[in-house]
Amino acid sequence: MTKNRLARLLGSAAIGIALTFSAAEAAEVEVLHWWTSGGEAAALNVLKQDLESKGITWKDMPVAGGGGEQAMTVLRARVASGEPPTAVQMLGFDILDWGKEGVVADLNEVAAAEGWDGVVPLALQAFSKYDGKWIASPVNVHSTNWIWANKAVFDKLGIAPPTNWDEFIAAADKIKASGLTAIAHGGQAWQDATIFDSVVLTTGGFDFYKKALVDLDQETLGSDTMKTVFDRMSQIRGYLDPNFSGRDWNLASAMVIKGEAGMQIMGDWAKGEFLNAGQKPGQDFLCFRFPGTQGNVTFNSDQFVLFAVGDEQKPAQVELAKAIMAPTFQSAFNVVKGSVPARTDVSDEAFDDCGKKAMADLKEAAGANHLIGSLAHGHAAPAAVKNAIYDVVTNHFNGSISSEEAVKQLMAAVAGAQ
Amino acid sequence: MTTATTIDSTIGWLQRQLPKLVLAPSFAVVLLFVYGFILWTIYLSFTESKMMPNYGFTGLSAYARLWAQPNWYVALQNLGIFGTLYIGICIGLGLLLAILLDQRIRIEGLLRPIYLYPMALSFIVTGTAWQWFLNPGLGLEKTMHEWGWTSFTFDWLINSDKAIYTIVIAAVWQSSGFVMAIFLAGLRGIDSELIRAAQIDGASSFAIYRRIVIPMLRPVFLSAFIVLAHMAIKSYDLVIALTGGGPGRATEVPATFMYSYTFTRNQMGVGAASAVIMLMTIAAVIVPYLYSELRERRHEQ
Amino acid sequence: MSSSAAAAPVAGGVGTAWLWRVAIYGALLLFAVIYLLPLFVMLVTSFKTLDEIRGGDMLQLPQQPTIEPWLNAWGTACIGLTCEGLKGYFWNSIRMVVPAVAISTLLGAFNGYVLTKWRFPGHRLIFAMMLFGCFIPFQVVLVPMAQVLGKLGIANSTPGLILVHVAYGLGFTTLFFRNYYEAFPNELIKAAMIDGAGFFRIFFRILLPSSGPIIVVTVIFQFTNIWNDFLFGASFAAGGSSPMTVALNNLVSSSTGVKEYNVHMAGAMIAALPTLLVYVLAGRYFVRGLMAGAVKG
Repeated sequence: MTKNRLARLLGSAAIGIALTFSAAEAAEVEVLHWWTSGGEAAALNVLKQDLESKGITWKDMPVAGGGGEQAMTVLRARVASGEPPTAVQMLGFDILDWGKEGVVADLNEVAAAEGWDGVVPLALQAFSKYDGKWIASPVNVHSTNWIWANKAVFDKLGIAPPTNWDEFIAAADKIKASGLTAIAHGGQAWQDATIFDSVVLTTGGFDFYKKALVDLDQETLGSDTMKTVFDRMSQIRGYLDPNFSGRDWNLASAMVIKGEAGMQIMGDWAKGEFLNAGQKPGQDFLCFRFPGTQGNVTFNSDQFVLFAVGDEQKPAQVELAKAIMAPTFQSAFNVVKGSVPARTDVSDEAFDDCGKKAMADLKEAAGANHLIGSLAHGHAAPAAVKNAIYDVVTNHFNGSISSEEAVKQLMAAVAGAQ
Repeated sequence: MTTATTIDSTIGWLQRQLPKLVLAPSFAVVLLFVYGFILWTIYLSFTESKMMPNYGFTGLSAYARLWAQPNWYVALQNLGIFGTLYIGICIGLGLLLAILLDQRIRIEGLLRPIYLYPMALSFIVTGTAWQWFLNPGLGLEKTMHEWGWTSFTFDWLINSDKAIYTIVIAAVWQSSGFVMAIFLAGLRGIDSELIRAAQIDGASSFAIYRRIVIPMLRPVFLSAFIVLAHMAIKSYDLVIALTGGGPGRATEVPATFMYSYTFTRNQMGVGAASAVIMLMTIAAVIVPYLYSELRERRHEQ
Repeated sequence: MSSSAAAAPVAGGVGTAWLWRVAIYGALLLFAVIYLLPLFVMLVTSFKTLDEIRGGDMLQLPQQPTIEPWLNAWGTACIGLTCEGLKGYFWNSIRMVVPAVAISTLLGAFNGYVLTKWRFPGHRLIFAMMLFGCFIPFQVVLVPMAQVLGKLGIANSTPGLILVHVAYGLGFTTLFFRNYYEAFPNELIKAAMIDGAGFFRIFFRILLPSSGPIIVVTVIFQFTNIWNDFLFGASFAAGGSSPMTVALNNLVSSSTGVKEYNVHMAGAMIAALPTLLVYVLAGRYFVRGLMAGAVKG
């Protein structure tokens, strides 16, 4: 090798090494999430650009599938290998479970400096903190006890949004009689359970819901009220169309959007579908609380859990946590996502009518202590129990077992999963 | 001994050990990544691991929980149904296609890749395509309606009792071509002298196939059985892509059960117990085959 | 060369024989159509516009064909936050699969060679133990593998993924080569030894050159399995170095928004193209290789 060549080789090697080192020093966050669809990704992009303006690179780690199931598996592999991602999107009890494993970061400093304790509802904080330490930044609050209805269908049939169970059944009957599908639904376990949430709440009230699905009291689970709940679930099934099994939730929303169905019982991420189709709340579609659950909010909250990372990555991680909780981001993200901010001090200006109603409901429920986690979305009971209840609810909903049998199985399932 | 002879004998020893040294890394890798991990899983099945491994020994509690889950029985039953149908139909169909193709077909070169290509597709692709195909609102049923056959129903996919059979259909589609290929290879390896002798004796084609050809394919049957059995037990991707385990949990199989309990329900102990049962089932099938296989060789030699 | 049973005239004379031919061809073609149907549906859907998909029946040819979905899937579809389509992940898969296939095939060849031509006491047991590795379900080894990779420092990287696939491919590759070399005449080996050839020379000069068919079978099998794997790819290489299957899953499994079926199908076809190509081009060698004893009893 000639001297010149050697010199050049060494030179480029030196540059290469220097670049590698400087690249390692550049601030970087690795974020694991499952927000892969257009709307969600656009919402998350707001955060990415915010961080990039602060000089922090965003390493995206999307793993779609199963509403986060695959992502949780990948997370496990990463934690087992000793290299957790900087932040992970997570829901409910999973957050506390990971906190218990002792692999998460302590955010108390940032929380104190930014005053998080004062602006995040207590019911949410229950999931953002472990052992008194902040470990996650909540992004939003979704609530699940909503009904989304096609206004044209309601107007044509002279139906007003029902306020109790009997009115609800009467409305469904009317829609069914007119030849349309009364309730659009997707037959997947979590969707069945979403309906279950609301039916439990409307049948037994707030205290019953709490005793049964949060405290997991066996007597309550085996009570006659619970049997009524299952009977009502069967009743609802009578208003579905025959092809509901396995249908994705957004296709059920599409049925309501197109006027093929009257109502959908779904959380407020459904609003995104209606907005995407160019519909306006109050004009084309209606949003109202599940009849009988007014004044209560069953919620689930997406939070980013910050994992314990090396010292060089900590500053970037703190910036990420702060950016998530910033009011501007909270407003921008939630307007797109269909949920409401996790901070109670964000103005509702930018939100549409359903969003404004959601924020008002949240404040009211939080104030009256009627804000409670949704079972179907992992905020009432841990994963093992939640899935065990899924099994019973979905088996019953699909007609495999009777209501009495379902009550018995529910008691056994909850006991066996603890 | 002089240094020269010591070096010589060392080199000689190395040379004799060379084959084993070449084999050693592979064997070591297998020992660790297969047997080491199996032992790890067996150990975990005796703990109450929840989210991450917890190494406190708790005896058979995880197994007790496992057998108390109704889902587990559904999973085992489904494995039985799926496994039997999948293996049976694949072998039957593969053999039939191989025999047909062996009849000096002019377009064999065209047909063979057509039967074989499904094997090339990943389960996500297969599951997506078949899910669409079998969806009553979007797929075959709708097409039949549009073509005028309005009373046609094919709602197996969303029917709790019948959904498992849709998985059989998709899986057979995926693998029968491969079975056909190995039967075809086997058929072509049969000594034509035997066939000719039988023909001279006046045996009909059917009798020839039944009495001579098929019995001679015994080793191929066994190979096909092994490959198919292993795919049946491992079939996680296909079930998830096609039905997601549903409707409800009607198409749960041990592989999805194990995944669900380990990763989604944070009950790693129960998941490990189910994995051990799965491995025992696999061993029960594979070990006798391997034993008979390798024993026969000794006789041949 | 087909089995001579085919040449035997069926009782009943030439007329029936012709009927049989028709029946055989008919059956074969019917099966061919059934096998092709899903592929046809996928292809046809990937060239349609969304309106056409929603409105029409799935077997219909596209009335207004468009290659938008393909361009979209390759270059502009959003996988998570990056909207650059599948192309980056395609190359990730190639970068991962080629070394994994090469290494596992080479090792399998060596192993098969040793196990058949250099037998030592216990070789049968060793072989059986290696073979059992083919049957282990991947979910079982996920967590311990992550721990091991972490300790080795190659977790969440392409080399880590390559190691995983090599480890679990060794059983199959060893099986294929062992069965093949078993049938290889020992006289040639003995003659070479007498001429003074050593371990490696015999392998590279005598065995390897005649191993064409079995190499093809092994490469096809390994390529397909590794290319199509999802679980390991997602767990050990998520993010920028994800293989294609992970990206495809992200594309197809999004839980909100409009499902762009045409883009999904186009993406699935792109994911399947390499393996399909390999099967179509090397298909005939596959059968030849199988005949040469890959899966002989």
